[in-house]
Amino acid sequence: MDPEPLWLTLRLATLTTLILFVIALPLAYWLAFTRFRGRSIIEAIIGMPLVLPPSVLGFYLLLAFSPSRAFGQWLESALGLRLVFSFQGLVVASVIYSLPFMIYPLQAGLQSLPPSLREASYTLGKSAWTTFFRVLLPNSKSAILTALVLTFAHTVGEFGVVLMIGGNIPGVTKVASVAIYNEVEALNYDAANQYALVLFVVTFLILSIIYTINNRLLRVRYPA
Amino acid sequence: MSDTPLDISIRHNLNTAQGVISLEVALAVQPGTILALTGPSGAGKTTLLRIVAGLIQPQAGLVRHGSEVWTDTTGRVFRAPQRRPVGFVFQDYALFPHLTVRQNLTFALDKGQEEAIVDELLRAVELTELAGQKPAQLSGGQQQRVALARALVRKPQVLLLDEPLAALDRDMRYRMQDLLLDLHRRYRFTMILVTHDLAEIFRLADRVARIEGGRVAQEGSPGEVYTHRQELSQEPLLYGEVLSVEANGGGLVVLALIQQQVRRLRVPQALATQLTPGRSFLLRYSLETPMIELID
Repeated sequence: MDPEPLWLTLRLATLTTLILFVIALPLAYWLAFTRFRGRSIIEAIIGMPLVLPPSVLGFYLLLAFSPSRAFGQWLESALGLRLVFSFQGLVVASVIYSLPFMIYPLQAGLQSLPPSLREASYTLGKSAWTTFFRVLLPNSKSAILTALVLTFAHTVGEFGVVLMIGGNIPGVTKVASVAIYNEVEALNYDAANQYALVLFVVTFLILSIIYTINNRLLRVRYPA
Repeated sequence: MSDTPLDISIRHNLNTAQGVISLEVALAVQPGTILALTGPSGAGKTTLLRIVAGLIQPQAGLVRHGSEVWTDTTGRVFRAPQRRPVGFVFQDYALFPHLTVRQNLTFALDKGQEEAIVDELLRAVELTELAGQKPAQLSGGQQQRVALARALVRKPQVLLLDEPLAALDRDMRYRMQDLLLDLHRRYRFTMILVTHDLAEIFRLADRVARIEGGRVAQEGSPGEVYTHRQELSQEPLLYGEVLSVEANGGGLVVLALIQQQVRRLRVPQALATQLTPGRSFLLRYSLETPMIELID
């Protein structure tokens, strides 16, 4: 078994999760507390990847990033970025595809906190920034953990989008899920099985660790 | 010490179970006094506190602390809650669950403020020994004291309390009232508290404002408001609560809770229909016969 696709998957999932975390924190905060009327529209846009077939999303991204089209041309000339059939392209696509998996748990976590926590911090003279980092986030550990894990796992499991926009270039865009598909196509069931088993075990281990930590967090906050 | 009066004159629409009502309140709170806000739920008491704290911007009106304008809708002035010398004790205490008791207090310190105040307050509310505990490990009364101490760290000139003692049992409530009076004597802040408890009003408040349907229905000293007299007489006045009523010969005997003790009172038959368990009353001892005056 060539370990390259597994490493690629790990790199893609880690990078996607980190980038999304940074993007999603302010967005989730804004969505959780804004009174902006158009909020539902924004939420719908963010939620689209949940219901859209991955191939549809991948297809539109392929069109958008294609160097023969305006946006793709601009990306290449202005930023020197080619997002089709490249690892960068995979990262961008994954970030878009996994956006709701990061934002929704964070937003729900922030909204589930009693509003008085935020207000208490304000009346104690603390800014919105300080309140967010020193009161709201430390009390959303469980939601943060869920968001990170869901995003990571969802990216590991990506297939349709990756195939559409990244293709199947070894060492560049051939991630584990694509490798499994290839091996099955070539009737190499043993190799497919090895990739699949690794993904299965790794995923199971991650989830077990997360639930253990999560239960401990809940016990600390709400002791019996 | 607060030597600045607080003027409130606001209008704000409230969404209540009875539909939208307009909260229209004008109150002048003298420096260092304790004002109790009372009245039925949903009348706008909590909203009023939140407007004073700057957590809500009223649709129209003015909140002024001496010469400092905190809120003025005509002049488009709105001072953020962070910049008002106000302490707020929330109904659910709003303690930060991830911080210990001491950390909850140190969190409130202003930049450069001496930490000595934290120890002083911990001692005042008798929580020095529990300083290392998380809020979830504390009883309701202890959490209450943490919330109170935390609200005082920045030495606010106005302390706002939203039904702070409602969740406590009677004994604990009495002890907390003593503590509040003690802290008030020590720091001399102006205090506004929302409460439904008549005993609390009589024990703590200098002034009371009854808010009904968004308006100040009555305002004055507790005696004035609840006895409908301008001047309180020199006779001793006791607050009581009816526990049960029984017929006894020609008259009625009421079992009542007066000053933490269960007393039997003989009352005229005429009061029979009104004296139901749970009713509050004032017992006025004149020279000859005790008089019962129903309140609320």
